Parts: sequence; C-alpha cells; structure tokens
Amino acid sequence: MKTLDLSTLRHGTDLVKRGFAKMQKGGVIMDVTNAQQAKIAEDSGAVAVMALERVPADIRAHGGVARMADPQIINQIIDTVSIPVMAKCRIGHFVEAQALEVLGVDMIDESEVLTPADPFYHVNKKQFTVPFVCGCRNLGEAIRRIYEGAAMIRTKGEAGTGNIIEAIRHQHMVQGMIHELKHMNDPALQALAEAYAQSYAEAFKTLTGHTVVATSRVFGDDEYSAVIKEILAVIQQTKQMQRLPVVNFAAGGIATPADAAIMMQLGSDGVFVGSGIFKSDNPLKRAKAIVEAVANYDNPEVIARVSKDIGAAMPGLEIGTIPKDQLLQDRGW
Amino acid sequence: MTTTVGVLSIQGAVAEHLDSMRRLFTKPAYKGQAVLLRTPEQVEDLDGVILPGGESTTISRILERSGIGPQLRTRIANDDIAIMGTCAGCVLLAKTLADPTKVTLLEAMDMEVRRNAFGRQKESFERPLQIKGLRKPFPGVFIRAPLITRTWGDCEVLAEIDEGVVMARQGKFLGVAFHPELTDDLRIHQLFYKML
Repeated sequence: MKTLDLSTLRHGTDLVKRGFAKMQKGGVIMDVTNAQQAKIAEDSGAVAVMALERVPADIRAHGGVARMADPQIINQIIDTVSIPVMAKCRIGHFVEAQALEVLGVDMIDESEVLTPADPFYHVNKKQFTVPFVCGCRNLGEAIRRIYEGAAMIRTKGEAGTGNIIEAIRHQHMVQGMIHELKHMNDPALQALAEAYAQSYAEAFKTLTGHTVVATSRVFGDDEYSAVIKEILAVIQQTKQMQRLPVVNFAAGGIATPADAAIMMQLGSDGVFVGSGIFKSDNPLKRAKAIVEAVANYDNPEVIARVSKDIGAAMPGLEIGTIPKDQLLQDRGW
Repeated sequence: MTTTVGVLSIQGAVAEHLDSMRRLFTKPAYKGQAVLLRTPEQVEDLDGVILPGGESTTISRILERSGIGPQLRTRIANDDIAIMGTCAGCVLLAKTLADPTKVTLLEAMDMEVRRNAFGRQKESFERPLQIKGLRKPFPGVFIRAPLITRTWGDCEVLAEIDEGVVMARQGKFLGVAFHPELTDDLRIHQLFYKML
C-alpha cells in the first residue's frame, strides 16, 4: 500500500469551511451571553451558539460602540458546550477576527450588529482558516461576501426587533434575483457582475480620488478585473444551482416558532435566533419549540402544537419607529 | 419492489447524501431510489438508511422525539436493514461513547466513538485515505470529526489514520467518520449499495 504524504493534509480549504456550514443546515443557532444560557441552548437542541456580550435588543437599547465579546465569556462558553461556538467581529475588524480564531471559535460572524470598524473594506475572509458567516440584504451583498471568502450567508433582517419583516424582505430580495438569473444571458450576467463590483470601485475612488481601472487594487491584492471575474464566476454558479453556492440562513427578527418556519418555507437553510429566545418569558420552552418548528417547518400541525403555552415572545419593535441612522441592516455594503 | 434508501432528514448534510445516492442510481448497474426519511411510518419500507452528518446532540434528540429512532432500533435488532452513518451518523451507530454526553445512540455497531476528536473547526482537514477494498485513495473530508476509539466483536476496521480508526463495518452497518457526500467520489455510496 502506498504510504500517504502528510503534506497532503490540508486545513481551512473551501470544502472544509463550506462543509462546516452544511452541517448546520436545518438547525437553529442561538445567541447566548453566558455559559448558563449556552447550556440551555444546547439542551434545547441548538446546532450551535453565538457567543455575545449583549443580545442585539440590549445593544440597541444600550447604544455606544458594540465590539467583539470579552474572550473570557467566549472561553467559558467553549468549555461548557460540545456544539460549535460562533462569535461576532465588527465589519472589517480583521484583528478581532484573528483573536477569535486563536480562541478556537468555530465560525466568525462578521456582523452589522456590532459597530463597523472599517468604512471601506470587509474582512478578507480567504486569509483565515476559520470559516465566516456574513449578513446580506440582497444578492449583490451575498455575492460580494462569498467572493471575499464567506462560507455561509444569512439575511441581515433587523436584529433586536423581534420583527420578521426585514428578514423576509431580504430573503425575497435574494431569492427573487436568483430566479431572475435564469432569464439572463452572458452579456447580462457580465453587466451584473460589473454592477456588483461597483462598490469596490466606489471605495477605491473615495480613497484615491482616481477612477478605477482594470489593474487597480480594489480588495486585498485583487485587481478590479480579477474581482469582476470572480464575482461573475459566483453569479454563474448561483444561476446554475438556482441557489447560493454556500449555506444560506435567516437572521434578524425571528421571535416565534412560526417566524422560524416561514423563513424555512421561503428557502432558508436554517435560522439564527438572537434576542428572540433569552428576551422571552420562558427561554428553554421557546428554544425547544423553535428547534422543533425548524425541523418540521412544512408541517402546520407541529407549528401549531409547539407554539402553545410557551409564554410571551419578546416585545417587538415597529421598524418605522427606529430612527434611520439606527438601522443595523444599513451597515456594510 | 424497488430498492429504496432513505436519507434521514432531520438536520445536516441531507441534500448532499440524497444527491450522491441519486447520482449513483442514474448508473445502469445501480437500481433503486433515494428518498427523504421524515416519518417513523416510512421506516418499514426502506432497504437502507443514511444517517448524515450534522450535530449529533440535535439529531439524536429529534430522532427519539419523532419516533424514527425506536423504529430503526427494531429493524436493527431484526438485522434486516442496511445503515450508513457519516460523522454525526457514525456517532449514532456506536454502542458507546468515549465522552459523556446526552446523545441517545442506536447501538448498532461494536465500537466506541469519541465525538469531535480532532479539536475545533480550525483543526478540521482534508486528506487522502487508504480504504480496505478500494484501490485508489479516497478524498477524506473531516469536519469536527469523530474517531472510532475502540472496536470489538464482529466490527471490522476499513480505514485508519495515525490518530485512530475512521471507517468500520459490521454486517449491514457502515460507520464513516468523514464526509463522502461532500465530494464527487461515489465509491463509499457504491459500497453501501452493495450492503443493501
């Protein structure tokens, strides 16, 4: 038998990163702020937990700059549960991401829930061994994040509101455009790739005062022409698969079992529940109910049954009452 | 009766296994169909079941609550169903676990498994594997993978790496610590087909 060359051992490949996200499909990922909540999440059947200092509803109420969680909290949560532990870094804050990777976090959420750190660039996620999940409002944002190396995408929704409308809006925006790709020929796809790459050109123009040309370095070491080419490749793959080429979860406003199930019926691969669980009357009951609702998302009898007797949901927020500059979904581009 | 394989559809890499089996069934030598296994009533009509990777704590909890778990145990006791478990599915096939957890096992194979044996996600890896019965190496994809820490009785080791056993077979049951469904290589699904 041929002896195996150990140099063939490879970590952090696209397959390993995207594969990790695939193992989360059909599951619920819950925001937790301490080890005790993490235990409740695991016992209720969560596929992973998101370690945070404050849930989005509290971040919203508290104001100020929201940053990566205290490593001590993350360590305690890692030591408590056997399911994967995720944590958030600020948009563009690659050093927070480096720190989270060293701590042993299984996936990093480059999240608009925290205060953005870089006005021009998101994190160059290809440089990391640990996989990333990123939020999106539409197909353009999703494709840009995938080009940058995200192994998983989620809707942004409007975090901390307990109001599902924005998550549904973003899911429709993504799915509608994926369907539309079917009817687009090669020149139209090329034009779309150029339109999706426009954000990088704008950042370049703001930084240098120059109009972008094919050889301009617009993201990391990538030249503008290479960015367009890679974005086109992701668009073509999306058109062919008729879905995003990475796992696509719903997030931002899920508060009830029915909220979780509607996102699944609209084509999400799973859900993140942020404030919805630990801001409700009975977190354990609600967490279990949401897990069961996601596993049986197309069975209304189960949704009706698990929605009974789980206490009051978190109080919600009408999106129109939020001042425009406090909308989290407008962070990132 | 058409040979039917059910892919347990609770959570994890369900679509990938379904796709692998469906691709296999497009080949002339392989006759049968692959379906999603979602209810306990379906179990009695299946010739084979695939337990996909995902989170073993989550899958086991819903497996028991749904009633599919007890149905599978009956078929396992009668030894009249073939089962392949990959990653978390491999954990469920074990008799015992090396780490204490709340996972309820199907206890089909004479083996002990350690969940998440390689560390955290950054330690997940790809590497080629030598597998008994396969001529060329198989592309192994290990994601927060378990290890088979001990085998006894009729459980036969099919693949081993420095850290321990990563694939084993016992009669109609096949435990695989890695993810053949994430690759284009259908040879492990072919091997499972021959066990039906």
